[in-house]
Amino acid sequence: MSDIAVELTGVTKRFSEVTAVDQVDLQIGDGEFFSLLGPSGCGKTTTLRMVAGLEFPTEGSVRIYGEEMGLRPPNKRPVNTVFQSYALFPHMTVFRNVAFGLEMQRIPKAEIAERVKTAVELVRLGGMEQRRPAQLSGGQQQRVALARALVNQPRVLLLDEPLGALDLKLRQAMQVELKELQQRLGISFVYVTHDQEEALTMSDRIGVMHQGKLLQVGAPEEIYEHPRTRFVADFIGETNFVPVTVAGEGEVRLPDGEAVRAVTHSAPGTEASLALRPEKLSLYRQREDVPAGLNCLPGVVRRRVYLGSSLYYHVDVGPTTIRSRHENAPGVPQFAEGEKVCLAWEASAGEALGD
Amino acid sequence: MARRSKAALETATAVTPELEQGATRAESRRGFLLALPGYAYLVIFFAVPMLIIFVYSFGTRSATGKTILGDWNLESYRRLFDDFVLGVMWRSLWLALATTVICLAISYPFAYYIATRGPRLRGLLMVLVMIPFWTNFLVRTYAWRLILGRNGPLAAVLSFVGVDQPRLLFTNTAILIGLVYGHLPFMVLPLYASIERLDWSLVEAARDLYANGWKAFRKVTLPLSMPGVVGGTILTFIPSFGAYIEPELLGGAQTMMLGSFIENQYYAVSDWPFGSALSFVIMALMLAGTILYFRRGGRTV
Repeated sequence: MSDIAVELTGVTKRFSEVTAVDQVDLQIGDGEFFSLLGPSGCGKTTTLRMVAGLEFPTEGSVRIYGEEMGLRPPNKRPVNTVFQSYALFPHMTVFRNVAFGLEMQRIPKAEIAERVKTAVELVRLGGMEQRRPAQLSGGQQQRVALARALVNQPRVLLLDEPLGALDLKLRQAMQVELKELQQRLGISFVYVTHDQEEALTMSDRIGVMHQGKLLQVGAPEEIYEHPRTRFVADFIGETNFVPVTVAGEGEVRLPDGEAVRAVTHSAPGTEASLALRPEKLSLYRQREDVPAGLNCLPGVVRRRVYLGSSLYYHVDVGPTTIRSRHENAPGVPQFAEGEKVCLAWEASAGEALGD
Repeated sequence: MARRSKAALETATAVTPELEQGATRAESRRGFLLALPGYAYLVIFFAVPMLIIFVYSFGTRSATGKTILGDWNLESYRRLFDDFVLGVMWRSLWLALATTVICLAISYPFAYYIATRGPRLRGLLMVLVMIPFWTNFLVRTYAWRLILGRNGPLAAVLSFVGVDQPRLLFTNTAILIGLVYGHLPFMVLPLYASIERLDWSLVEAARDLYANGWKAFRKVTLPLSMPGVVGGTILTFIPSFGAYIEPELLGGAQTMMLGSFIENQYYAVSDWPFGSALSFVIMALMLAGTILYFRRGGRTV
């Protein structure tokens, strides 16, 4: 048995003129929680559908546990899908919905009853078997969709924005529940979402997609701390961008000519964006001693935004405004609008990124 | 409670339960007014004539063909069980059933095809389905006489492939062809409407859950398009059962259907009580059948 659950090699999908998925290479490990993250229309759902067999690639190879899927129809693939709008059969009870996949596989009746019972209890819907989908809340429908897929004991479960229709509180609860379920069952989850927080919370690894291309694959921390392109930095979390020119290895030059130290990836002379996360920035009063080794730019507090647990300062540094985030905690200094400050950060927290 | 004018209801005072109730009542009164022309039409042109028919069906035909009201009896109802009458009913029933089944068999795949095309082609195909309505139905049925006639194109084709002296016109087959032709759009339209509304992700879900194409159709597409099947079946069966033009133009003396038979009672033999009894019983049977069918159809969805 292969350790790679799903493997895409050079997968491209074109719909007449539009290239929805562009040369994607990807390996998803056995038992891994993998998220495909990106804005709507980035090709993440199409990628998932090609694994499910609901769409066939224009070219490239999709392998599941080493086996080439080619043009194999969905009913002959060892994966199951949880659909975006659940796609529960409205004319069937919860029991019949969950039993559907087993009935199609001609599993004996007694075993179906047994397995449906286990699956329904797994998603904590015991006693709801005779209800119709329309009689269930959104959260319950979502659990039925999950049970309907899991009852087949797939080795890979595909989830297409499964929590998109739920409200915030329920979504957060389901995130934890899904992650626990995945760990308990030990199967691979391929999870499509446009919600970066959801992806960061649950995933072992994340693949960020944009305009059909897989831009970066990595663990949540890696993606957040070391985005490799401006798009990834912008899409995941909040980022300030300062236009710079790479001056040399580990050094960039601001528009006004001042040089600061930063993590660089490209040759001197290249235009880049210096990405600075708001929470990595700190503010010092003028004349205050800035610890050695920090980059420091003078600026003026233009706005102070109060958010309860935190505060944002919008600091004008030359022509750019930079947002800096601070905990609203005892001992954290606070600043007034109009105050002259020094905006400081560690060199390793600023990455000069190309587009 | 006193009726309040609209102006009174809209004066800027705080709302009390009485005011709120008044507004709700005014709302439902407006709803009734909107429906009034429809109600009036149905009462004058449907309920009243039905009542007249009902009363006439208990009358007697005089020797001169006049209807004698007053000497109420059930003679007309007894005659419904005459062999000849039962024969006409039986022929109407099976022709209508055959029409419905053939229409359904042709229309379902066609409606499915239309509903799964792109928006452009879909619009074009729907127009093609409607085009026959632009020509008078009578004219179109006459056209079938030419097609089915002894020297018509169909007969030519049949004799070419070896059928000797094909006789099409004035047979049950001719009526059936005419009925299927005439009712096809009425089957296609409701089927198209319900298939087009279908949530295709349900079919994908079925495929994902190990159903092959046929199983996914049987378990998901077909049950969810049952409203269209029920609607189309009723729109086809009922008018076929009482069809008049097709059997008149395409059928012969041996192929009488209920529509012509009832017409004969009123005009040819002036037996209004019998015609009325026939009409009334058929109406009642149709109504009962439709209600039953809707109930069953409703359950499968």
